[in-house]
Amino acid sequence: MPPDPAPQNQEERGCALVTGASRGIGAATALELARRGWPVRVNFREDEEGAREVVARIEAEGGAAEACRGDVASVEDVRELVEPGEHGPVLVLVNNAGLRLDGLSPQLDDAQWERVLDVNLSGSFRTIRQALPPMLRARFGRIVNVASIVGTKANAGQANYAASKAGAIGLTKTVAVEVARRGVTVNAVAPGLIETVLTEGLDGKLAEAIPVRRVGQPEEVAACIAFLASEEASYVTGTTLTVDGGLSA
Amino acid sequence: MTTEVSTDKVEETIYDGLVELGTERSALSREATLESLDIDSLDLVELAQIVEDEFGVELRGDDVKDVRTVGEVIELVVAKAG
Repeated sequence: MPPDPAPQNQEERGCALVTGASRGIGAATALELARRGWPVRVNFREDEEGAREVVARIEAEGGAAEACRGDVASVEDVRELVEPGEHGPVLVLVNNAGLRLDGLSPQLDDAQWERVLDVNLSGSFRTIRQALPPMLRARFGRIVNVASIVGTKANAGQANYAASKAGAIGLTKTVAVEVARRGVTVNAVAPGLIETVLTEGLDGKLAEAIPVRRVGQPEEVAACIAFLASEEASYVTGTTLTVDGGLSA
Repeated sequence: MTTEVSTDKVEETIYDGLVELGTERSALSREATLESLDIDSLDLVELAQIVEDEFGVELRGDDVKDVRTVGEVIELVVAKAG
């Protein structure tokens, strides 16, 4: 079967939603998707100023975007975030919203455990569940979950974060095979050490352990996400693309 | 957008939806089983979306897991809308 024809005007078909897009990998991804022609919903939970800056940058480059407040831990918020709007349904979904609450396992309390799982893993499930039906109807959809190399490689002090990211990889694979026959792909990226607020305060010597000898930039992850979200990636589904400068090689 | 729910309207919507999903219109009847029409679980998810768009009725996995025939789908939607 031939692949779907490439959309000439994505904005006539639908839009992209990037969760946690007010900064870091999410912001870089929103910018990159906009450059590729998608109207973008720039989701934020608290950092409205950051989200508005991202929107302004997209608009300055001639793209379309809107800042959308919403917490992926809330079913109601997710419903609103994914609701079809003036640019149509969400056809590209990037689940990037996430947080870290680190501690060695004996010292992690239930609240730290549950909050990280609720946002990083359950949040992705909620957006996927809500976004899929219109994608199935459109016979086109791209879902990219932002996991982490910590989902496959141990990192002491991050049991909750690791479990959430390993869960995201399992979620990715399973949903991918469920919907593959409808032109909807589901993939993950697994960033290594990327220069964002989530990696602030991590040991600077870690860079020495990375084969490329530096931390990654959000734009380097965004480029991979944009590829997985592209028409060209139509035969890539259920996979996790590691973006870590060779750290886990 | 929701419209008034009559059994005839639900039947029309379900039939149109099944045709959209690849079923021959001539094969449609209330007695036809979903299996005989080659309607699989993912098709049912789509049909549920069509029903939700048209009537504002949400059909979840538990609702449709025991549904066998087209007639049962129609009855389910009418009952949920009532």
